[in-house]
Amino acid sequence: MIDFTLTENDQAALARTREAALIARTYARYYDENEHEMPPEVLPEAEEFIKNAGPLPQSGPEDTSRPVMLALQSIGTYWGDYSIRLRREGGGLGNAALSAAGTPEQQAKWGGLCLSMAITEPGCGSDPSRVSTTAVLDEETGEWVINGEKIFVTTGIRADAVVLWATLDKSAGRAGIKSFLVEKGTPGFDVSHKEKKLGIRADDTAAYVFSDCRIPRSNLLGGDESIPKKNSGGFRGVMKTFNMTRPMTAAMGLGLAEAALDFTREQLESAGIEIDYKAGPGTQTAAAEKFIRLEAIYDASKWTTLQCCWLAGEGKPNNMESSVCKAHAGGSVRAITQGCIEILGAMGISREHLLEKWARDSRITDIYEGTGEIQRLIIARGLLEYTRQDLK
Amino acid sequence: MISFGMTEEQEIVRDTLCEFAAEAMRPIGRQCDEASAIPDDFLQTIWELGLTNTQIPAEYGGGGELRSPITNAILLEELAYGDATLALAALAPNPFVNAVLDHGSDAQKQKYLPLFCTERFHTAALALLEPGPVAEPLRPRTVAEPKGQGFVISGAKSFVVMGDRASHFLVFARSEDRVDAFFVARDAEGLSISEPELNMGLRGLTTVSIELERVEVGPEDRLGGDAGCDVVCLVNNGRAALGAALVGLSRAVLEYCIPYSKDRVAFDEEIAKKQSIAFRLAEMHIECEAMRNLVWQAASHLERGHDATRAARFVRTYVNEKSMWIADNGIQVLGGHGFIREHPVEMWFRNARTLSVLEGTVAL
Repeated sequence: MIDFTLTENDQAALARTREAALIARTYARYYDENEHEMPPEVLPEAEEFIKNAGPLPQSGPEDTSRPVMLALQSIGTYWGDYSIRLRREGGGLGNAALSAAGTPEQQAKWGGLCLSMAITEPGCGSDPSRVSTTAVLDEETGEWVINGEKIFVTTGIRADAVVLWATLDKSAGRAGIKSFLVEKGTPGFDVSHKEKKLGIRADDTAAYVFSDCRIPRSNLLGGDESIPKKNSGGFRGVMKTFNMTRPMTAAMGLGLAEAALDFTREQLESAGIEIDYKAGPGTQTAAAEKFIRLEAIYDASKWTTLQCCWLAGEGKPNNMESSVCKAHAGGSVRAITQGCIEILGAMGISREHLLEKWARDSRITDIYEGTGEIQRLIIARGLLEYTRQDLK
Repeated sequence: MISFGMTEEQEIVRDTLCEFAAEAMRPIGRQCDEASAIPDDFLQTIWELGLTNTQIPAEYGGGGELRSPITNAILLEELAYGDATLALAALAPNPFVNAVLDHGSDAQKQKYLPLFCTERFHTAALALLEPGPVAEPLRPRTVAEPKGQGFVISGAKSFVVMGDRASHFLVFARSEDRVDAFFVARDAEGLSISEPELNMGLRGLTTVSIELERVEVGPEDRLGGDAGCDVVCLVNNGRAALGAALVGLSRAVLEYCIPYSKDRVAFDEEIAKKQSIAFRLAEMHIECEAMRNLVWQAASHLERGHDATRAARFVRTYVNEKSMWIADNGIQVLGGHGFIREHPVEMWFRNARTLSVLEGTVAL
């Protein structure tokens, strides 16, 4: 039954998320302006908040499914701030990769660690088949020897270990790429610096260097050392990781966009500009009409993202939908945050308010986890029934 | 509970109408456009599918099935995927019927609903839009002055769907400080009906203008009786419905462009292999999905009796813009061929432009 409404239990859970997010927001400006400092793992308010919060009602089969709620909670959390949390949860993109591609033994061994994921290199971004970090097996010691450089590693400083993409054989292209787990402290693994960015400055984004870094043979994720001759083999397995992470990154960006909309609505109201949803476009102020359009874009993105998550909860394929929602949200959050600044004018760019920060922060949405262009490539290949050779 | 899952019945409706659209609508769409007319046997065929009367309660002679705005949105998308003009014609009586169902008094239901439970196609129309710039359904220039127990209506309406054969009109007019809808019979004194209007798109669908010169109606002719009706609710429903039609039309454009661009060769390769074309098609698909979700949001609120004003307004803003973008780019993908009437994309462009400026011509 098609239903776009939240149950009472859903609403209670989401209200709690937003309460916590608002506390986190009070730290947003400080850590944006002080990029070199890492936000605390636990905020001073956390203990009191949890003590006073009380238990949430138990959700049941009548409530919204878990993947959809996860996306809604992400929206709520990022509506507070991109990086600051009342209490930071462990885990990173690498944990998703471990669950998707690791053997049961590997999952048991490393599942409790916070794992970053390192794919991008200075010379390769959207096309990961160009990965040039190498893993060479030292037959004598039974170790992999890793050499190369990785950048834009999310949670790269805090992570206990990294899931790293490296090639066994560059001439094999995508088929030669495998993922390896490297723990922090391994000789030859150097966290070189925290990246300096346009937005999400409080976020932990690192650069790694590997020089003759030796790891046990059993650290190859999934354990399969063979290089498939045709298709992309293990690579495809790793790409599947994105079917859930893409809607989540869409949700994260949408949280920022919603914060921008809420702020703009408050400012319009305080300036006495009425937004009349009943009226057509011809009879209200340009500011109100533009604002309605931005809200519509937001809702279109939100429901498209939730649809992708709903499919995941139903156990249905959502490969295409994950690209659709990521592409849509990527463009939406750019349009919404920039549009809010345009509506408010000069006050929109003042660092006294968070709107300009949300516009900078949300700009990453259309870039990471596959740029909007990469999503369109995937979607177009699907629509046209083209291979990656047919459509590059 | 948030869900995007159709019921089994909705899946059957979708599949059945998708097939009907492909077999009975798409092949005659162009011919109706060129002739500015719709064959009577098409209207009769679709009438027999029961899209209007099944949702009328049995006590008035209808099928007595529960009306579902969501199912109707699914159905309308499929019909418009076949042909938007024929879809609007097929559902022409529904805005009137739904207004009576949702807002009519018992006496009004008794009087009007049985008209639509006969074997022959029957229609009546909303008279919502008005001639002139920036026509706002909620700010009509048409006025209803109180006179005795009743009202005297004066003004003009345009884009009245199938007004050439409508038995009644539901005329929206300002009475004192509010907007009401009034039943006016086709033969009412002071009412004049124009020759068919000449429009850019939806050419097969006859629309007329009507003029009301001191047309007298009784108190029983006000929709909802003394309580009046929630005009905003009617407008919301119409906005969601037009959105559903535009999603269907947009899908038609995309699905026409896919095989064309895989077939057409330029500079030694299929144009679909060029990112400028492939990304445009991807964009069309992304927007079809996003638009449908906005329509479903509004339909979900309508179905549950929640306030759909914002959701319906988002449909009007977003779907109108994006569907027009898709229709416009459908032409661009075909290049010169897109401009030639041999291909349907120029017709879809005209239809999208027409649909996206309307209000109240179709309902869920």
